[in-house]
Amino acid sequence: MPDKPDRNAIEVVNVSKIFGSGEGQVAALDKVSVSIRENEFFTLLGPSGCGKTTLLRLIAGFDFPTAGEILLYGQDIAPLPPFKRPVNTVFQSYALFPHMTVADNIGFGLEMLGKPKAEIKARVAEMLKLVKMEALAGRRTAQISGGQQQRVALARALAPQPKVLLLDEPLSALDYKLRKEMQIELKRLQHETGITFIFVTHDQEEALTMSDRIAVMSSGKILQVGSPWDIYDKPADRFVADFIGETNFLTAAISGVANGRARATLKSGAAIEATVADGFQPKDNATVVVRPEHAKLTKDKGDLAGTVDNIVYFGTDTHIHVHLDSGETFTVRQQNSRSAGCGFERGDKVGILIGNDAAQVLRD
Amino acid sequence: MATAEEVAKAAERRDVRDRWLLSAPALLVILLAATGPLLIVVVYSFLAPGAYGDVKWQFSSDAWTSVFLERDIFDDTLSLAAAHVTIFWRSIKLAGVTTLATLALGFPTAYFMATRSEKTRDLWLFLITIPFWTNLLIRTFAVLQIIRNEGIINTILLKLGIVSAPVQILYTDTAILIGMAYVYLPLMVLPIYASMEKLDFRLVEAGYDLYATRFRVLWRIIFPLVKPGVIAGSILVFIPALGAYVTPSILGGGKNMMLSNLIELQFGQGRNWPLGSALSITVMIIVMVALLAYVRNASKSGVRHG
Repeated sequence: MPDKPDRNAIEVVNVSKIFGSGEGQVAALDKVSVSIRENEFFTLLGPSGCGKTTLLRLIAGFDFPTAGEILLYGQDIAPLPPFKRPVNTVFQSYALFPHMTVADNIGFGLEMLGKPKAEIKARVAEMLKLVKMEALAGRRTAQISGGQQQRVALARALAPQPKVLLLDEPLSALDYKLRKEMQIELKRLQHETGITFIFVTHDQEEALTMSDRIAVMSSGKILQVGSPWDIYDKPADRFVADFIGETNFLTAAISGVANGRARATLKSGAAIEATVADGFQPKDNATVVVRPEHAKLTKDKGDLAGTVDNIVYFGTDTHIHVHLDSGETFTVRQQNSRSAGCGFERGDKVGILIGNDAAQVLRD
Repeated sequence: MATAEEVAKAAERRDVRDRWLLSAPALLVILLAATGPLLIVVVYSFLAPGAYGDVKWQFSSDAWTSVFLERDIFDDTLSLAAAHVTIFWRSIKLAGVTTLATLALGFPTAYFMATRSEKTRDLWLFLITIPFWTNLLIRTFAVLQIIRNEGIINTILLKLGIVSAPVQILYTDTAILIGMAYVYLPLMVLPIYASMEKLDFRLVEAGYDLYATRFRVLWRIIFPLVKPGVIAGSILVFIPALGAYVTPSILGGGKNMMLSNLIELQFGQGRNWPLGSALSITVMIIVMVALLAYVRNASKSGVRHG
């Protein structure tokens, strides 16, 4: 947990980045503002080309913003070259120096800062221990596995004790099991070092499991910033709801908006309770989202009625796709048990029950 | 019946025989074109000179003695051949300085080329190779036109009033160096460029990120990684520069004799083919020793591409 939750490590203020000029110019970032708190595990999440890596590179200093300010503890660092910023990066490709040993790679930043030899040696040993790589200190970086290279890249970036650590999709090159391991490892490192982490990923599951807060980005803009729980359960707009997890979109007539709640009358005629995105005043018609695990399938009459279209078995649960009488489609996720099947078959006439706290009204 | 093992062995034997047969033409060419002439030179160096050039077929070590020593014409004592040593040293020095000059010019050029966009890179590569299209003699005369007293440089300097009399560049060591650097620059640029093009520029970013200034990134990251190219370029420049003939003769005005002039002299007016042969082999040995030392030294510092 952050010690001083109000202190911002990084403040990005109205930053735009335009690549190219004239006809071919592309706005990679469009007036983006976001604050990242001290000691926070902050994730920039979005599909490729959304501007998340551009924002990271601006903070690192590899590119310079076309407009706007980037503040590090209140000081504008936007015009500084990367070697003058107390910020380090873990690269997607790791970018380890192939002509140096593991230990030399880790000590490189400290050496460039002009630290005394003894201090570098002690710190490198400490880092090697932190990432559990003591045994391979003298190896060349080409002689170690991808997961080990990942650890060295982390140790190298952490060794100079940066104010902020930037991680550019560092786990994308690892296989599934190793990635899971490294996710836990990263959380541990962040906790132990107390350094602010800014993590870039396109993997929504990774973002949800690791982050204190997430910023969802699309087309050079930040669409929503919040805790994983906020982002998943209270998506502000269609893109966020669609990008993170699976969800059902329903058209509804909205009435009685008060205290962030509203009544949504679905096409089937049933009315359900729904929450409304912060500071948003919905019009008469809006889209309502319901997560597949927050709905229940019944053989009786429910809030919605339809026909079972397809049943997909996933091991832990079963996804049942229903074709609604209103023409829309709806997926229900049902926990599996060992003894019984899911209880439905293709072509069954079914009803769908939506819980009291299951629906969210979108901004779009 | 032949066992499987025997069949396999026979097949392998056939394989080996086929390989020899297939490589025979290439081996023959190498033997005749490279080793043969070299052997002739070695044999000639141990023979006595003929009266009108050519060799007399009798053994003599005189040629080898007179590579670095000379016999006094009155009392037959041997002393160091100062003239030969001076010429060797002059040529080695010129080749070394040429290598350094092309490296100083070629490294930034290669870096510049490698950091251009893919499309413009090909254009630069093309421009760098243009001098190769022209004959060496013509290129050297072009340099002569630029640096002579009535040449472009002196005309501009005079017109601008920077100097009152033409600066004498032609027929000096500077002129030779300018010419040599110009002629051999592409041989330095191309291998460095080839290494530089393979360089992962994210490593450069990683260096900047880890507080290395531009100079330190150059020295600690870029240079070690393109070192194989630098070594190759240095070898490609040093060896031909050591035996350079045309450029020093034309731009130096033939005032200072180079190794190549010395050797040419033995086969021409000097009518001493054995000495010419011995000198040629000596040059070859110098190059080989230098190469071995250089390569061993370079591989000791262990440059590897990961």
